[in-house]
Amino acid sequence: MGVSIEVTNLNAWYGTNHTLQEINLNIPANHATALIGPSGCGKSTFVRCLNRMHETNPIARVTGSVKMGEIDIYAGAKPVSIRRRVGMVFQRPNPFPTMSIYDNVASGLKLNGYSNRRVLDETVEQSLKKSALWDEVKDDLRKKSGASLSGGQQQRLCIARALAVDPEVLLMDEPASALDPVSTSKIEDLIFELKSQYTIVIVTHNMQQAARVAEKTGFFLNGRLVEFDSTHKIFTNPSDKRTEDYITGRFG
Amino acid sequence: MTRIRFHQSLEDLKENLLVMAGLAEQAIQRAIEAYRVRDMSICDLVTRSEVAINRMERDIDQAALDLLAMEQPMASDLRFILSVIRINADLERVGDAAKSISDRVRQMDQLPLAELPVDIPRMATLAEEMVRKSLQSFIEANADLARSVLTMDDAVDAMNRSAYKNLTRVMEEQSHLAPQALSALMISRSLERVADHATNIAEDVIFWVQGKDVRHHNSVIAKQNAAQTPGPPTGAA
Repeated sequence: MGVSIEVTNLNAWYGTNHTLQEINLNIPANHATALIGPSGCGKSTFVRCLNRMHETNPIARVTGSVKMGEIDIYAGAKPVSIRRRVGMVFQRPNPFPTMSIYDNVASGLKLNGYSNRRVLDETVEQSLKKSALWDEVKDDLRKKSGASLSGGQQQRLCIARALAVDPEVLLMDEPASALDPVSTSKIEDLIFELKSQYTIVIVTHNMQQAARVAEKTGFFLNGRLVEFDSTHKIFTNPSDKRTEDYITGRFG
Repeated sequence: MTRIRFHQSLEDLKENLLVMAGLAEQAIQRAIEAYRVRDMSICDLVTRSEVAINRMERDIDQAALDLLAMEQPMASDLRFILSVIRINADLERVGDAAKSISDRVRQMDQLPLAELPVDIPRMATLAEEMVRKSLQSFIEANADLARSVLTMDDAVDAMNRSAYKNLTRVMEEQSHLAPQALSALMISRSLERVADHATNIAEDVIFWVQGKDVRHHNSVIAKQNAAQTPGPPTGAA
């Protein structure tokens, strides 16, 4: 099941560049939350702070608190253990190209020391079913490589790979921006299905997509969270003029 | 500033709606003038303008539909287009009301003149003022001005109820004047409808400007008021 995420006074830097400034928000469990804003506004940096990926850059720095359930991920927890709880899907599908479909999905489990064949088989099947890819690949699990799939299938494979380690949170950084409309619809349907079991945070430039899949939406601008509210409110009657100007295309 | 073409299209939509509004406003003024001076040539003008109003209604609806389909508007732009679609329908019905009044004037013209206990011009002045103010609030995106229109509707409703009471009495007590009284009653009813459409337009302006849906908030009070004075049911605002 998903957990809520409580972000308090979060700040992030790349070198001297203060890319996130005093972010405070509560992301509800088992819902999809969309983050929107112009390029460079800090929304991708923000999601990278939620699984401690931001600090993998040597010049990057983070302060503040991110409570995932009961655990503050910046108070002593190991980054690797956090990343096991937080799956991530990127803009461009990135399956391991030489691995089979099966091994792609099982890779996270194997890295975590699982070797029981029956457990692996079951997890691979369940994960591919959850990512709505099972029916399309079940006969070629070991025959085909991840790279042989279409772009949309590759992205669902990456989602299956993320789900295989049984995370509580799924971060998606523009997961459909490189996909055609049919594949995009499949990803959106998937988000809709998965949010009952996971807490989903999706960064998107496609505002219609945010409106379709998310219950909550946050608008970032110049490293600050300008507005965070129900998606309905943000897209029909936002409180802040900057949000209004952005979503109506008056700047950005 | 981005989406320049889209925002120009919104301006065009607004301008076209104002042209439509001008035609509808003029149609009501002419219908009342025709009533006042019993001039059938003015009735002809009202009939002709209805054709133009109907054509504009279709064109504006199509333009609004295209923008919804092609531009996926958000927030105030979305509310604006939704309001334009609603206001467009209300203006078309104002045109219908003008036509209905002019039809009644034609019927009355065939009958002997009668002194009736109803002040149609006074009622028309109030209804026209409501239309003018609601449209001005649309032009200025002025929610306060729109709210002032809502408070005027009760006065027109009261006039219509009073007309109903007085004119049905004429029909009962002076049956030879029943046809004239019936036509006057229908004109009063049309003006009450015009006031309702002006109220709708004002509510749509508030929705567009402030994102607040104020429709039907006073319907319970209106029903209570209507129940106190016998008369025809008033149209929903």
